[in-house]
Amino acid sequence: MDTNKPESEASFPQWLKPGGLLGVFALIFIFLLAFTYELTRERIAIQDQLRLETQLKQLLVPGSYDNEPATDIFQPPDSGRIVYRARLNNSPVAALIKTVAKDGYSGSIQLLVGIKASGEILGVRALEHRETPGLGDDINLSRSDWILGFNDRSLRDPSPEGWAVKKDGGVFDAFTGATITPRAVIGEIKKTLIYFRDNQQELFQ
Amino acid sequence: MSTPSANEIIYKGLWKNNPGLVQLLGLCPLLAVSNTFINALGMGLATMLVLTSSNFVVAIARPLLREEIRIAIFVLVIAGFVGVVELVMRAHFYELYLILGIFIPLIVTNCIIIGRAEAFASRQPLWAATLDGFSMGVGFALILLLLGSMREIIGSATLFADAHLLFGEWAKDMTIHFGEDARGLLLFALPPGAFIGLGLLVAIKNVIDEKMSQPKGIVVKLGKPATADISA
Repeated sequence: MDTNKPESEASFPQWLKPGGLLGVFALIFIFLLAFTYELTRERIAIQDQLRLETQLKQLLVPGSYDNEPATDIFQPPDSGRIVYRARLNNSPVAALIKTVAKDGYSGSIQLLVGIKASGEILGVRALEHRETPGLGDDINLSRSDWILGFNDRSLRDPSPEGWAVKKDGGVFDAFTGATITPRAVIGEIKKTLIYFRDNQQELFQ
Repeated sequence: MSTPSANEIIYKGLWKNNPGLVQLLGLCPLLAVSNTFINALGMGLATMLVLTSSNFVVAIARPLLREEIRIAIFVLVIAGFVGVVELVMRAHFYELYLILGIFIPLIVTNCIIIGRAEAFASRQPLWAATLDGFSMGVGFALILLLLGSMREIIGSATLFADAHLLFGEWAKDMTIHFGEDARGLLLFALPPGAFIGLGLLVAIKNVIDEKMSQPKGIVVKLGKPATADISA
């Protein structure tokens, strides 16, 4: 392909031209992206925050707290969990713990586990996962109310051995044709409950 | 390479040289995101936008392009536009972004885009390149939509589920359910369904092409008269 600017070749070493041209293109697109980023940054931050609040509000009873749990964050080091704290008059109401079950049928399942200060479960929601549509995705509230079966449960109800699917000697149902997904979810809820019990003091500081 | 007419460009993009059915390029996003109508629509629009913009810019830059660096520039242009689309989508169609998020960067690897830049936009005038990008984009989006509808109806027994992600709250009631407790044929919601569906669409197109290319009334090789079915 011929360029239409032969005059610049005299002052420019031949090998520099393609490189320079590429550099100019790179610059143009860096500016384009930076500009778009600036334009959208604020809105994206708002959207992220809104989404978090929506997720938390699925579990919290309106009026039972008077702070902003979405910004009242405790991030325990190296556990991969994030704890959002709901309080009323500065006393703990519930901890909403974002956690990940790593042993789902296809990868990780992100869960939100709400635990009342009394140690009972406020509710559980599956936030993100790639479980098989039609089988494993019954953990979604939109498909099945299985996940509501954890409401008001705790480490005393059932006993720790009971925190498993029925097939493994526990008290919780599995889905027809999908045991791995419920097993992963139940296991992670149990771990989260234990974590909450062992760290409750620190969590609400 | 002479410049084809506008009609020819549109015909090629939508039918004769359709990226999804004939060139079979960009199969990764085509197969991955075609599990529901709305996913397909989002991905189709995003791809169309990137393809049109990249063809446009490549055609503008045509006098500057040099053999050694053209591919690098194509990639730069495409990646840049994909980045812009991703940011805009994240800001304005957040819910859809959450679903398609991981697939949007895949548009960069969609061979159809770099393919059109190299084979068409870098050799043609601006208007033709832009029209080609648009036509190819529409052609790709239509196949995505067809495949998406087909897989959603068969695989999940719904249509237009999650339309509110794209159109806002009022579209929540748009979802059509086929039967109260129908759960669909799971196979079609899973990756094999994508391959089977695309295979069927390609076959259908080939049958239509064959019928159209046969002159009326002449008996074909198989001994069947090609008569009334030319309606397609």
